[in-house]
Amino acid sequence: MLGAGGGTCSYEEIETTDVILLWGSNAREAHPIFFHHLMKGLRNGAVMYAVDPRRTTSAMWADAWLGIDVGSDIALANTVGREIIAAGLHHREFIERATFGFEIYAEAVEPWTLERGAEVTGVPAEVIRRMAHDYASAERAQICWTLGITEHHNATDNVRALIDLALLTGHVGRYGSGLVPIRGQNNVQGGGDMGALPDKLPGFQDVTEPAVRAKFESVWGGSVPVHRGKHISLMIEAMERKEITGLYVIGENPAQSEARAEHVRGLLAGLDFMVCQDIFMTKTAQLADVVFPAAAGWAESDGTVTNSERRVQLMRRAVEPPGESKDDLEIISLLAERMGCGWGFPSAEEVWDEVRRLSSIHAGMSYRRLEELGGLQWPCPDEDHPGTRFLHARLWEEPMTCTPAPFVPTDWVPPIDPLSGDYPIRLTTGRRLDSYNTGVQSRGYRSPLRAKAAIEVAPQDGAALGVSEGDLVSVTSRRGSIDVPIFFHRSLRPGLAFMAVHAPDEADVNLLTNDAWDPKSGTAEFKATAVRIEPAAAMS
Amino acid sequence: MADGADPPGVTLTVDGAAVAVPAGSTILDACRAAGKDQPTLCYLDNLTPVNACRVCVVEVDGNRTLAPSCSRPVEEGMAVGTDTDRVRHSRKMVYEFLASSADMGLVDEQTVRWMSYYGCDPARYGPQAGPVEDRDERTAGHHRIGDGHAAETVHQSVKVDNELYVRDYSRCILCYKCVEACGEDAQNTFAIAVAGRGFDARISTEFDVGLTDSACVFCGNCISVCPTGALMFRSEHELRAADMWEEDRQTVTRTVCSYCGVGCNLDLHVQDNRIVKVTSPIDHSVTSGHLCIKGRFGYEYVQELGDLAVTPIDEVLRRARG
Repeated sequence: MLGAGGGTCSYEEIETTDVILLWGSNAREAHPIFFHHLMKGLRNGAVMYAVDPRRTTSAMWADAWLGIDVGSDIALANTVGREIIAAGLHHREFIERATFGFEIYAEAVEPWTLERGAEVTGVPAEVIRRMAHDYASAERAQICWTLGITEHHNATDNVRALIDLALLTGHVGRYGSGLVPIRGQNNVQGGGDMGALPDKLPGFQDVTEPAVRAKFESVWGGSVPVHRGKHISLMIEAMERKEITGLYVIGENPAQSEARAEHVRGLLAGLDFMVCQDIFMTKTAQLADVVFPAAAGWAESDGTVTNSERRVQLMRRAVEPPGESKDDLEIISLLAERMGCGWGFPSAEEVWDEVRRLSSIHAGMSYRRLEELGGLQWPCPDEDHPGTRFLHARLWEEPMTCTPAPFVPTDWVPPIDPLSGDYPIRLTTGRRLDSYNTGVQSRGYRSPLRAKAAIEVAPQDGAALGVSEGDLVSVTSRRGSIDVPIFFHRSLRPGLAFMAVHAPDEADVNLLTNDAWDPKSGTAEFKATAVRIEPAAAMS
Repeated sequence: MADGADPPGVTLTVDGAAVAVPAGSTILDACRAAGKDQPTLCYLDNLTPVNACRVCVVEVDGNRTLAPSCSRPVEEGMAVGTDTDRVRHSRKMVYEFLASSADMGLVDEQTVRWMSYYGCDPARYGPQAGPVEDRDERTAGHHRIGDGHAAETVHQSVKVDNELYVRDYSRCILCYKCVEACGEDAQNTFAIAVAGRGFDARISTEFDVGLTDSACVFCGNCISVCPTGALMFRSEHELRAADMWEEDRQTVTRTVCSYCGVGCNLDLHVQDNRIVKVTSPIDHSVTSGHLCIKGRFGYEYVQELGDLAVTPIDEVLRRARG
């Protein structure tokens, strides 16, 4: 986050924090066991503000719900920042010793008065003021977020705006205070740890640094490409330009998970050659020239994953994979053998030991220690190191030896897909408790909670449409149109609609979503689509 | 904790032997530190003690009544007796009353061992009364007293109203653990509570609706804390009914859940290459033994094998799903 990308806190810290800003996260449904820790914090007296366009089941536990207009997070954060400064509640000592760029930040947020913030976000000024004062005055405070912050065209700026608040108040680098992004998949953090990023080698080491490349080349015995790679949104654009004509997809279902899905499916189908390695015959695999059946990582093979508190944990094979399916590592090793690389067939532990040689933050994490200690949190530089509970303690050390953390002012830019007379409703997407992403895994079990694919709107909007619950409606965006049943839900304000992402075969919400993406992270704007809703009969 | 040193120690005696524990420890903690584990039913390390079962009671010198060791904090100089006549007599009676009224056939080995140690003989209260199906309708204050020919029981039909878990309240000893796990100690869903009074008290959803109509979110945390098998995974229930549940042939492998980024540890209980139950280690900092519906039940996608090698276990589980 400031340097290496990872949440700064351990889960246990939220149990004793004083103020929680749950910002763009429905953790009660999407990260239920993290929410257990959060609930302990509330039971211990923490005050929680929930920032979310929907009054989710998480927001219902908050002391105050800030039902912001979709995509106005930076406006809210800047207003909070300005109010903290105006009230003199910023942490002058911390700012002075551990940060730089405060003056530029203060100047940038100056126009964001409570009145302007209230007008842009739709949140009453008094509630913004209370949140700002409580957050800044707290002994310990955390900001927790998930995709409500990152699935926007300006995802990186959204995160920066939250980091600025932590720097402004000194709520980072101390036990109980910090910045807590909760990851959506069991190894999003581990993928980053391992360098599955366009410009990083394992351990968040920059691929453009000659010394870093030299270190990897000496162990790998080959040359490491000098240039940044492409994230998925850039890959899709490169496919449009026919710069990418071959694709090797491992454990991803872009034919359904990417925004503007119909367009992406066309690009995938138009590739010269695609290999898909997956545990299922997904929609993407169906478009592939070659399919490698893979073992399920968490139950059918050995390895490690890293969770949202930077804890590396062991996964172990509990059942034999079915049929011809093989461990991902074995498939890749077999492929390398055919390519004449001579890697042999290393075990997961042998690969991990190579990671430990090359990535200092993982160096102390032997399989034996991971087993004995129930995982270890990076950085863990040697075998005597207990792992790191929270990051950035160095910002408080005396004397200050590290580089100060920068304030990065952010400008509020509204969603790319504007509301208009033709598209008057803001559609946002999200997760439900019993389901997961495109549903490929979670639809396999018989959940009594499973909801039908549907669009949810505020009861007032439903009444205005003249439809009843369960009626089929047509939902149309600037990119596509789908027919789905409609339901009314009190968690939604007038003008806001919601669809879960879990049932693309029944309701392909990504035919509607916008593929405008954040230039820094490559994340598409799944959370903000302009639509109109009409009774389905009117269309036919 | 990052802040503060260890709390000061407290010294007491357990059955005459001195033991020192941190202030704020319970007598149970002290007994365990002294190498003298105590029987428990309603206590679990990840739940707040509710003092419901009374099998952990000990004698404290100078105290009129026996003290529940699971919740009573230690005091300097305390003299605790865990195996006095009074303690043994009390524990024996508690076990016998419970076992005479509920089916304790699936309790853990430790409980079996303690009941044997205390010479429990639940049958001395007479033959057990047969099942009744009106326990959920009984109103407080209207309890009918039996004729004395049989020991009153909680026996009744198994409740099967969904595909993930079953409730067999013939086995329920009202330890409250499920209520605690559903409520403040973990899930904060509050789908179940105790209804009724006295012997008619029972665990119930609101207005006794089926689980699928209740607030239940099917996390299964109530099952994982149940000490008697009253709450059970549907998979285990069906395999037991088919006489195919073979715990001694099962392996337990620890791994990490494949859903979301919290990183919950899962213990996969596997029989014949099929996952038949999922639990989580109670002493792990991420979960404290608690899971959500996806982690607990969402594993089936790795064993939806179509026509590939259908085993007898698959057949039982498929029948269960209807």
